[in-house]
Amino acid sequence: MILYEALRENRRRTYYLLAFFVALVMATGAALGYLAGDTYMGVGLALIFAAFYIPFTYWTAAWQVLNLAGAEEAPEEEYPELHHLVEELVLAARLPKPKVYVVKDPAPNAFAAGMKPEESAVAVTTGLLELLDRESLEGVIAHEISHIRNGDVKLMTLAIALVGVIVLLADLGQRMLWYGGLWGRDRGRRDRDRGGGEIILVALALLLLLLAPLAAFLTQMALSRNREFYADASAVDLTRNPQGLIKALTLLKEHQATVKRANPATAGMYFVYPFKGEEFWSSLFSTHPPIEERIRRLAAL
Amino acid sequence: MLDYVLLALVLLLVLYGVMVYNGLVRYRNWTQESWAQIDVQLKRRYDLIPNLVETVKGYMKYEQETLAKIIEMRSKLVQGSPEERMEANQQLGGVLRHLFALAEAYPDLKANTVFLRLQEELTTTENKIAYARQLYNKTVAEYNIRRESFPANIFASLFGFQRIEPLAIPEGEREAPQVKLT
Repeated sequence: MILYEALRENRRRTYYLLAFFVALVMATGAALGYLAGDTYMGVGLALIFAAFYIPFTYWTAAWQVLNLAGAEEAPEEEYPELHHLVEELVLAARLPKPKVYVVKDPAPNAFAAGMKPEESAVAVTTGLLELLDRESLEGVIAHEISHIRNGDVKLMTLAIALVGVIVLLADLGQRMLWYGGLWGRDRGRRDRDRGGGEIILVALALLLLLLAPLAAFLTQMALSRNREFYADASAVDLTRNPQGLIKALTLLKEHQATVKRANPATAGMYFVYPFKGEEFWSSLFSTHPPIEERIRRLAAL
Repeated sequence: MLDYVLLALVLLLVLYGVMVYNGLVRYRNWTQESWAQIDVQLKRRYDLIPNLVETVKGYMKYEQETLAKIIEMRSKLVQGSPEERMEANQQLGGVLRHLFALAEAYPDLKANTVFLRLQEELTTTENKIAYARQLYNKTVAEYNIRRESFPANIFASLFGFQRIEPLAIPEGEREAPQVKLT
């Protein structure tokens, strides 16, 4: 596949996933509303939740940037090569230089943080610096700079917020059922006959409320994996050298380790999945695609 | 009624012209800005080289010729047209790589932190020049496409936006990945 096509294909997939996500939020709201007696009110409620929840999540996420998983600012005198690589790549990407951090951890990994390019940061572990040469480190930094350029921190925060809204709605629905609120539906019912179709609809709404949180989580993970591929492809767009990134991924595959200060909420922003051994238990539940698959796609560029 | 329609059309046309004009100005500024980035790095190389020669001189007694060549090429970094300066930079890069390869044979030099520092600095300026040129060419291409596509080209020629030529990419340097159809 041509690089340019790979990038476009990826963007399209992001839109599909986001559209599905928004549809899922509205469907959950509709299901809730339907059971409570007013479908439109449910959708409205979902939108109101989203209107409050999304800014709130953004606001908390913006604060989390300061709390960078035990990262310390890397002085330029001590890490000249790292600083130079970051400077080189932001030059190519026409971005302001992010802050450069080092995490004292032997597990080789890296991550990007920051909701805006002007307030972003790139962090690498000391393990990564020891393991990689300049060419492969360039690939990793380009991947992280791409996360910043592509607005992935923001996008994944949005995804987290949408999952939050869906969980909230589904929870509300389940509580409502518990307290018998479901039968409010009968009271709200107009003159229509209660046909067999309606029972199916009720069952569907119930099923949706039960399954929506899982579906939302899976969509979030799919989005995250999609953004990883996208960051890989746009990294190559910057460096014009897929070999560096391939070399880095090959080495990191052999040296998988758990980053001590990583947590599931930030896992998506790491270069490779920061928890050892968990990646392979299921590809559906992972924030990152399997490393082999990333290498394969890079080799095809 | 017709007057209003005409007026609206004229307004829309003016609005469109303003947008095209501003877009072109923005891209032209970006090309100048990315050339400025290259310029900064070329000057930085120019400044670094005397230090390098000074540091290396004492160790590499038998490489005086190479060093003299480097000094001579250095002045071309800041003289002449952009193409000439880029060409000089390219040649200098080759000689420097040769010098750094030779330095492998001098353990004392390899242990000199000033030398290592300079080596790293010169490497990064070279990379930055390559990246800045990549950005320059990309911006120039976008600018030219904007300038030449219809109907923006009418405004472009009206306001005197000239075509900008991209910088030639020297052979053997980082080029776009090979296009493979799979």
